[in-house]
Amino acid sequence: MAKVSIATVWLDGCSGCHMSFLDLDERLLIVADKIDLVYSPLVDFKDYPEMVDIALVEGAVASEEDLHKIQKIRAHTKTLIAFGDCAVTANVPSMRNLVGKKAVLQHAYFELATLDPQVPNVVVPPLLDRVRPVHDVVKVDIFLPGCPPSADTIFAALVELLEGRIPDVPALTRFGK
Amino acid sequence: MSPTMTETTVVTLKIDDREISARSDQTVLEVAWENGLFVPALCHYEGLGDVGACRLCLVEIKGSPKLTPACVVKVTQDMEVVTQSERLAKYRRSIIELLFAERNHICSVCVSNGNCELQTLAQKLGVDHIRYPYLYPKVSVDASHSRFTLDHNRCILCARCVRACDEVEGAHVWDLFGRGVDTRLISDLGTPWGESETCTTCGKCVHICPTGALVEKGKSVAEMVHARPRFAAMARVRSSSGR
Ligand code: SF4
Ligand code: SF4
Ligand code: SF4
Ligand code: FES
Repeated sequence: MAKVSIATVWLDGCSGCHMSFLDLDERLLIVADKIDLVYSPLVDFKDYPEMVDIALVEGAVASEEDLHKIQKIRAHTKTLIAFGDCAVTANVPSMRNLVGKKAVLQHAYFELATLDPQVPNVVVPPLLDRVRPVHDVVKVDIFLPGCPPSADTIFAALVELLEGRIPDVPALTRFGK
Repeated sequence: MSPTMTETTVVTLKIDDREISARSDQTVLEVAWENGLFVPALCHYEGLGDVGACRLCLVEIKGSPKLTPACVVKVTQDMEVVTQSERLAKYRRSIIELLFAERNHICSVCVSNGNCELQTLAQKLGVDHIRYPYLYPKVSVDASHSRFTLDHNRCILCARCVRACDEVEGAHVWDLFGRGVDTRLISDLGTPWGESETCTTCGKCVHICPTGALVEKGKSVAEMVHARPRFAAMARVRSSSGR
């Protein structure tokens, strides 16, 4: 049987969901037999493939780079999973929505800067006005809440998906878990 | 008994096709729960007067095209109630989602994470994301009280605290002020809680709050466990001791 191609993506999150994925430990070996990891911060492929079976997306959409990335990924992915609370609800990154982008930049780059205060405009991608959950920007097929979703949750969900079934998410996890 | 009150009788009714008998002074919600049926509720609390604030307990009653909040309707003879249907599940999920969208609920960093009735119900009703746009209201945190904190970010306006403080403690510190999404919980007609002249610091409001809105000071993420007060049992003891 052909292996299932998997991508993992890191938008505005703390990488905790990826760490939780690595916490699968020896179960990674069980999964590894069935999947091809074709794109991920964990591997060294630079370009997103033409078509990927499953993408696990960690993080909220907070910058212009996040936005372009997720739109491209959506167009080249069959099953897109909002992976973890930041992707599902915008979680902690969304707390800046209460004060607005301007206030955040002002505080970080002017009030706290002691030398040459300025908002960086090269290399660092510009922030969007609002931090948004992934489904606010592109269609999401499966939501996997949790901060981060536990390794057990990730494994159970992956096993279901690799068998071609839809995981029963509320039986596995919730917001904040 | 006052002449306006009708006498309590025993009635039989059907809930989800089950024949059930109940006292005529009981609500549909009480009877459903007594018979082990799942009807979600957030504003109802045993021992407090019902106000029908959250609308989670909506049920279908045969003969009525409307959905009815089960906590504010008494059972009647031959009533036919449906507590589980696609339509009800849809509305219940929507109500939960609207509660999340209306304030700022960041479960992962909330003092009530893992001990919250809103969060638990969301999971139970299958809410795994919020379809409505989050409003991100700029609301305050009142930390002026020496022992407790009120965090409006997490308040769902269920008014359980209002009723506990008024009906059980007899202090009536809390009220709801304003309309719709702008409604806010206020203490002593709008003075900071710490300056309240009526609060006895009994903690009833804190422990009855379903979410992380009313909490003890000094609690960090996931540390606030509400000790649910047993108001109904207290009331029974008081009335049987002749007070
Ligand atoms: S009050 Fe409950 S639902 Fe709201 S953030 Fe806290 S744990 Fe989550
Ligand atoms: S602590 Fe007691 S008296 Fe004070 S507001 Fe809460 S319920 Fe009322
Ligand atoms: S503070 Fe708690 S108990 Fe009071 S209205 Fe808000 S959610 Fe309900
Ligand atoms: S429990 Fe009936 S309306 Fe809230």
